[in-house]
Amino acid sequence: MKLELRGITKRFPGVVANDNVNLTLNTGEVLSLIGENGAGKSTLMSVLYGMYKPDEGDILLDGSPKVFTSPADAIAAGIGMVHQHFMLVPVFTVAENVVLGVEPTGALGKLHIDEARRMVREISDKYSLDLDPDAVIEDLPVGVQQRVEIVKVLLRDAKVVVFDEPTAVLTPSEIIEFFEIVKTLVSAGRGVVFITHKLKEALNIADRIAVLRRGKVVGEVDPKTATESQIAEMMVGRPVQLIVNKNSASAGDVVLKVTDLTVLDADGRKHVENVSFEVRAGEIVGVAGVQGNGQTELVEALTGLRKATGGTITLDGKDLTHSNPRERHQMGMAHIPEDRQRQGLVGGLSVAENLVLTRYHDDQFSHGVVVDWDAANAIADTLISEYDIRTPSKETGVGTLSGGNQQKVIVARELSRDLRLTIAAQPTRGVDVGSIEYIHSRIVKERDAGTAVLIVSTELEEVMALSDRLLVMYRGRVVAELDPKKSTPMEVGLYMAGSRPDSAVNA
Amino acid sequence: MKKLFNKVGERLNRVSSMKLTLLAVLSALIVGAFIIIVSDVDKLKNGDIVGAFSTVGSAYWALVVGSFGSLRAISNTINSSTPLILCGVSVAIAFKAGLFNIGATGQMLAGGMASLWVGFAMNGPGIIQVPLAVLAGAIGGAAFGAIPGILKARTGAHEVITTIMLNNMMAFFILWMLKTDLFQREDRTDPISKLVTAQGRLPRLFGFLDGRSDLVAHAGFFVALGAVAAYWWFLKKSTTGFEFRAYGLNADAATYAGMHVKRLTVLAMVFAGAVAGMAGAAEVLGTYGYASANFAGNIGFDAIAIALLGQSSPLGTLFAAILFGALQAGGRQMQANSDVPIDLIVVLRALIVMFIAAPLLVKSIWRTKSATISAGQTFRGWGS
Repeated sequence: MKLELRGITKRFPGVVANDNVNLTLNTGEVLSLIGENGAGKSTLMSVLYGMYKPDEGDILLDGSPKVFTSPADAIAAGIGMVHQHFMLVPVFTVAENVVLGVEPTGALGKLHIDEARRMVREISDKYSLDLDPDAVIEDLPVGVQQRVEIVKVLLRDAKVVVFDEPTAVLTPSEIIEFFEIVKTLVSAGRGVVFITHKLKEALNIADRIAVLRRGKVVGEVDPKTATESQIAEMMVGRPVQLIVNKNSASAGDVVLKVTDLTVLDADGRKHVENVSFEVRAGEIVGVAGVQGNGQTELVEALTGLRKATGGTITLDGKDLTHSNPRERHQMGMAHIPEDRQRQGLVGGLSVAENLVLTRYHDDQFSHGVVVDWDAANAIADTLISEYDIRTPSKETGVGTLSGGNQQKVIVARELSRDLRLTIAAQPTRGVDVGSIEYIHSRIVKERDAGTAVLIVSTELEEVMALSDRLLVMYRGRVVAELDPKKSTPMEVGLYMAGSRPDSAVNA
Repeated sequence: MKKLFNKVGERLNRVSSMKLTLLAVLSALIVGAFIIIVSDVDKLKNGDIVGAFSTVGSAYWALVVGSFGSLRAISNTINSSTPLILCGVSVAIAFKAGLFNIGATGQMLAGGMASLWVGFAMNGPGIIQVPLAVLAGAIGGAAFGAIPGILKARTGAHEVITTIMLNNMMAFFILWMLKTDLFQREDRTDPISKLVTAQGRLPRLFGFLDGRSDLVAHAGFFVALGAVAAYWWFLKKSTTGFEFRAYGLNADAATYAGMHVKRLTVLAMVFAGAVAGMAGAAEVLGTYGYASANFAGNIGFDAIAIALLGQSSPLGTLFAAILFGALQAGGRQMQANSDVPIDLIVVLRALIVMFIAAPLLVKSIWRTKSATISAGQTFRGWGS
């Protein structure tokens, strides 16, 4: 089968989301669609999947034009989509989820659950997906849930499978497994569209890469010959600094000192165990690790969002183990949280209001019980221009901005005051290339100004590039302290996988 | 008819959420008219379509006349609106902080009893006694509102459950209180309270007009307007108001930002209780001059619809409460002038709320295109 998008144009009030887009996909190949947030990737796929009607242009299957008025039409034509946010019923089993909507039924609509199980097992075996049909979704890791979505698509006999940012939610090892699955799909004669903004992944898996910028396909490149910086430049429209540009650190006094920190959750499970380390003024310490090895809990304990069960935390020699988030904030601690939409921002409030979300009570922005909105708006104007936040106005709801600009709002708010310590968790997750470059340079600038910086990221490349010293966490413990300049990603990866626990070093 | 709909709809393209609210009210009136026509069986049987339509006309006209058509009508509207405004603000404040206050009824009863006690036990000059009694009402309501707030902050008990239960507890507690020697009127055996002293009453707004004892509106209306103004100031200007809004929209982000969310939970219920308590004070000190077992009536529940209709904004809540008050005042006139029973008002209110809850329905009826519905949840779900 050959899928062709010809001259697709889709306009929304005030924006041309897709501007005369031409793409082709043959079965048995992976086409990567790459572009910054807001470049029109998702709109284009929504057009293909029958969720939007294009204003101009045609979708052709094997040369004959098709009109999709709903996803049902697209599915019937052999197009399947795995969304970034899974559409699964958490309390149902794998088999129940997979057959939802196409249930094998008998007399009086009785569900043949055995038949459903058999179908899951068959597809799972064929593509080596290793799924248990009776597992309940909510008990499964994200990577396995994604495989359930893949089975759903395959069961509906999709010839073309579209993955929308599939790796955003996966751990590094799950990403490797995912790529294996993609290869199996392709060798079984299906076509894959892989939407991403991660250059490495596109280069790794794709047969062809189409780059989208401002709704237009600005070019198609061959992953065998293309380089990351070449694609990045096409995406952003200007040369992009992909390597973090920094001088060696001149570390000063100890700012953050963590001693024997232990964190248990309400059920008594140990998330952080006897962790000790220091961060000095003017250095960046990175914490690497596969998602779910206690980094989230470590950051929450350091910032006061979670109780430390044991151990002490001091900032400039002052014990703050039992201080609340605001007290820590007032002692000069900044926190860029790992989930900007859940924690870092209030989507329903304006950009200006979010820029003072952690500071509205400071003398600068309030008199007694009254917020000084003039002062808040003035600083908002300054920060919007200084941090290059692309927003229609400071009154705009922050929830309507792109991921990169939302992250810039947080970075602007957290870094634009006198700091002793900055804690940044996943500072560039889901952020476009241009914004990553900017956020990295800001963090380095903060270090050079003498702030102690702690970076926690599951993106190995990012922590290795930013850090002056690197800690590796595995199962709640710091298992290694490394010099990122002298270590290879392979070496760090081994520690992340817990394969050399006997050589653990505690700082 | 459809053409007319389309035409109106075209004009109202790109309606704001306020226009959407107005369209919801209009839709409710149209459906209400339909109900009046089909329920007028006698005229329909005789094929008297014109007569049936004229019933609609006279009923709605009576609604207008009965609510705004005379000084007396305006006075009735003000009187009905006063506790609705206060309880509406009570529910709206809680909504802003992400809490669903179904307990306005109980808080109103608690506040009313507190103000009643000051109203009959104290014998001071009115200028001191009345404000004190209203304040007592606020304190009584606040204290009773604090209970679900503390329960939620301490144990996570959902305020929907606790406020409903506390409503019942307060209703029976009042039945008992009204039978005690402290509260029960000396010559009565039924649960009815002593009378508030003459100088303890909220002064009547039109008291200066001689011989117009039918003009029942009282100064509680100014208390209500004051509460709306205070609510507006609180949301727009105060640090705590900002915290309420942030907390209501995203509790996790509020915690991250260092806000003391447990304190905010209690505070929101205390504020909500205080305003509802003042509604009780207005009814006891203004409208009745005493307390019976059920002086709160259905006001606390109507207030939920009012806060939703007004989207919890200060002005929206005020206008929604006045609309409901006007419907109530006009409904009595409607029942008297035409054969349409006052129950139609209940139907109309229900229809308004239904249309508000179904903005897509309203949009499709009126063919409006890009109406912006104010996004954001009103209160957090059970899981949080």
